[in-house]
Amino acid sequence: MITRRDLLKYAITGIAGLAVPTAAIQVLSSKKIFAGKGNVSNVRWIFLVNTYKCVGCGLCVKACKKENEIPYDANVTRTWIERYVITKDGKVFADSPHGGRDGFIMSKIYLGKGRYQDIKEEDISKAFFVPKLCNQCDNPPCVQVCPVGATYQTADGVVLVDRTWCIGCAYCIMACPYGARFFHPVYKVAEKCNFCYHRINKGLKPACVSACPFSAREIGNIQNSNDPIAKIIKTERVRVLKPEFGTNPMVYYIGLDKEVR
Amino acid sequence: MTEIAHGELWTAKELWTVKELFTYPNEYIYWSIQIVMYPFMTGLVAGAFVLSSLYHVFGVKQLKDMARFALVFSFALLFIAPLPIVLHLLQPFRGFYVFMTPHFTSAIAAFGVVFFAYGAIVASELWFIYRKHFVETALSLKEKHNKTPSEWVKYLIFRVLTLGAYDISEKALKTDEKAIKILAGIGIPVACFLHGYAGFIFGSVKANALWMTPLMPVIFIMSAVVSGIALCILTYIVAIEIRRFFASRKALPPGSFQSKEDTSGVDIHTIKTTSNYLLFFLILAVSLELLDLIFRGYTAVKAWDILRVVLYEKKLISLFVLQYGIGSLVPFVLLLMPRLTIKRAIVISVLVLLGVFMMRWNIVIGGQAFSLTFAGFMHYQLPIIPHNWDTFREGFFGALSIMIAPFILFWIFNKIFPVFDYKESH
Amino acid sequence: MSSHVFRPLFVIIGLVGVILIARLFIVPEDFGVHERGYMYGFYRKSNENEWKAFPVKYKFNNEYCKACHTGQYDSLMQSAHANISCENCHGPALGHPLNPTKLKIDKTRQQCLRCHTHLPYPTSNRATIRGINPDKHNPDIECFMCHNPHKPNIGAFRGGTQ
Repeated sequence: MITRRDLLKYAITGIAGLAVPTAAIQVLSSKKIFAGKGNVSNVRWIFLVNTYKCVGCGLCVKACKKENEIPYDANVTRTWIERYVITKDGKVFADSPHGGRDGFIMSKIYLGKGRYQDIKEEDISKAFFVPKLCNQCDNPPCVQVCPVGATYQTADGVVLVDRTWCIGCAYCIMACPYGARFFHPVYKVAEKCNFCYHRINKGLKPACVSACPFSAREIGNIQNSNDPIAKIIKTERVRVLKPEFGTNPMVYYIGLDKEVR
Repeated sequence: MTEIAHGELWTAKELWTVKELFTYPNEYIYWSIQIVMYPFMTGLVAGAFVLSSLYHVFGVKQLKDMARFALVFSFALLFIAPLPIVLHLLQPFRGFYVFMTPHFTSAIAAFGVVFFAYGAIVASELWFIYRKHFVETALSLKEKHNKTPSEWVKYLIFRVLTLGAYDISEKALKTDEKAIKILAGIGIPVACFLHGYAGFIFGSVKANALWMTPLMPVIFIMSAVVSGIALCILTYIVAIEIRRFFASRKALPPGSFQSKEDTSGVDIHTIKTTSNYLLFFLILAVSLELLDLIFRGYTAVKAWDILRVVLYEKKLISLFVLQYGIGSLVPFVLLLMPRLTIKRAIVISVLVLLGVFMMRWNIVIGGQAFSLTFAGFMHYQLPIIPHNWDTFREGFFGALSIMIAPFILFWIFNKIFPVFDYKESH
Repeated sequence: MSSHVFRPLFVIIGLVGVILIARLFIVPEDFGVHERGYMYGFYRKSNENEWKAFPVKYKFNNEYCKACHTGQYDSLMQSAHANISCENCHGPALGHPLNPTKLKIDKTRQQCLRCHTHLPYPTSNRATIRGINPDKHNPDIECFMCHNPHKPNIGAFRGGTQ
C-alpha cells in the first residue's frame, strides 16, 4: 500500500521533472549559463546622431530600405526621421510621414487620418529633425522576451533576428520602447535595424551613414580608443533616448531636446 | 538586384490600425483579437479547475456534481487555450519551437512548460476519476462477441485509456481517491501560476505604460476564476436543460432508468453555492482593478497624461460601461439580491463573461491604443468579413471559432468521460 | 502494493522523452548559449554568418564611379553637391556596369525638394540650405530642366535665363 507521503513525493518529483527546462538538459556548463554578458569582443559598435546637422532629406531612409530589402512602399522601416516643430505658445508638433523616406518637402505637419496642420513661420520657436534607428541596447528588452532564441545579441553588441527561427509572435515588437521593430512584409518575421551588419563586417559604413550628405549619422567602435566617434562620445555632452527604461542604448545623440519622444 | 519590387503587400496590421497624431512609423496594433482570446480562454481553464478543486480539496459537498463537470470542461478548454496564440503567430508551423529551444527569460517560453505541467495534472486527475469507468467499459467490450467496427474502435480507445491497469478493487479505488485529492491540491497553485503567467506576459512589458504593473498577474488570476465559475454555471445549466428537453421528448417506458438530472433539472443549491464563490472572486477582481486605476491616477507618472485620455475618453464605453458597468456592477447587484433563480444565474453568468472578456480587450487593445511616443493614438478596427487568411485568423470569425471549439470538444469528451450519468462508487 | 497510480506519470515522462528526442533532430547543433549569456546570447551561431553574407548593394564609394565617369565626378566634386554620394540619385551600383548596364537616375522634383523645400527651422541645418516654396517655384516642371545637379553653384541655368 502506498502512503500519502510517498505519493506526494512522487508527484513532486514528477512536477520537478517537467519543470526542468528542456533546454538545460542540453549539455551545457552552468558557467556558460550564468556567464552574463561579458565583453569578450574588442568591438562594440556605437552610433552617433547629430540632430543639428540633420536636414531631414530622408536619403538615409531611402538607402536603408533599398540596401536591406525592405519593400519600398510598405509603411515600415528600419530607420526613420522625425520632425519636431515647437511653437512659441509651447505646442509640440511632430510627424514622420512614410518614416521620412521621401524627406520633408512641405511645411505642413501630418496629423494622421489625412489631416495636416499649417504652422506659420513666425510662430516657430524651435524646429529640428531627429533620425531614429535601433539602439542596439546593452540590455535589449526585445531579446529578453523572445520565447525561442530567434533574436540575440552578438559579441560586438548588434541585435540580430534569425529569420529561420522566428515564430512571429510580436512579443519583441511589444517589448521595444523605441518602436524599432516590425514584421517584414515578405518574410513574415520580426525585422529591425542591425547597423547594416553585412557592411560593417566588410569595413564599410552602414548605408544610412554613407548616404547622409551632412554627416549627421556616424558609426564607431567604443572599444577602440583611437576611434574618432568614440572620442566624441567620451568627451562631449551626449544623450540617449528614453534612459528611464534601463535599456542602456548604444545610439548617442547630440542636440536632443526634451520634447523628443 | 538593384531595385526592390514596389507595392509589396504589407500584412493586415496596417488595415486594422488607424493612427492619429504622432506615432512611430512601425507602430501598429500587433496584438489583436486572438491575443484578447488567449488570456480569456486560459482564464476559463484556470477558473474551471479552481472550481472543481473546491470540491476535491476543500470538500465543498454541494459542488460534487459541478466539480466533475468543471474538470472535464476545463480539460476541453485546455486543448483550445493555446490555439489563439497559434492563430496569432505569423509562422504558426514554428510554434513548437517554444518546446525545442525555450528561452526561459521570456514569459511566453516559461508559459509553455507551465501549460504542459498543468495539462498533465488535469489529465492525470481525470484518469483517476474515470479509471473505474474505463476498466468496466473495456472489460465489457472485451467479453462481447461479434464486435462491430465502431465497438472495436471504442474497445481499443478504452483499452489504451486504462493504461494497462485493471485493478478496481475497493483498495485500489481508495488509493485513486487520495491521488485525486493530491492532484487537485497541486493543481490549484499550478492553475494560478498558469494564469498568473498570462498576466506576467503583459505586466512585465516595461515599454507599455498601461500593462506594466506587478498587480497584473493577480488581477488576471482573480478575473480568471470569475470567468471560469461563470462559464461553468452557464454551461452546466444549459447542458442539463438540453438533456432534460430531449429526455422529456423521448417516450420512455415507465420504470426505466432516468438519471437524477434527467428528471429533476438543475439543482438550485449547487447553483447558489457556486454563485457565492462567484460573488467573492468578483469582489476581489474588481477591487484590484480599481486599485490599479486609482493608483495610476494618484501617482500620475509621465504616462498618465496619455493614459487618462485613453481610459476616460477613447475607451470610455468599453471600460466604464461594458467592463465595469454591465460586466461587473450589474451582476454584482444581481448576485446580492435574494432568492437566486436559474434564469437570473444565467443572466449573471453571461454578463460576467462579457465583463471579463472586455477586461481582456481593454488591456490588450487598450494597451496599444496609445503610441510609445505618448503623443499619438491608434484605433483598432476588428475585421468582420474575412477577405484573406490574415483577416480570418485575426478577425471576428477566427475568434468565434475559438469560442465555439471548447463546446464541441466538451461534447466529444463527454462520450469518454460521461459527466452527467456517471455514478461514482466513492 | 498497487502500482497503477504511477501509470499517468510514466505517460508524462514518456511525452517529455519524446520532446527531448525531437530536439536532437530539430534543433541545429550550433544552437546554444553564446558570448552574451543565456538572456541575450541564446541563438543559432551560424545565423551571424548568414547576416554577414547579406548582399551589399550600395558601394557609396565615389572613387569607384570616378574610374569610368571622370568628367561627371570632377564637376560634382567642385560643386556644393560634393557631399552627396553618386548613388543617392543614381541608385545602388550593385552589379553595375555589367548588369544592370545603366542605372535608373532619380531625377524627380521630390528628390531635389528633400533638401530644397525652404523650411526655416531654427536650430536645424535645414534653415541654412537655399530653398524654395515648391508650390510657387515653377511647380509644373522638373528641376533639372533649369538646374544642373552636378553644377548647382555655378549659377548657370541650363538653356534658360531668369
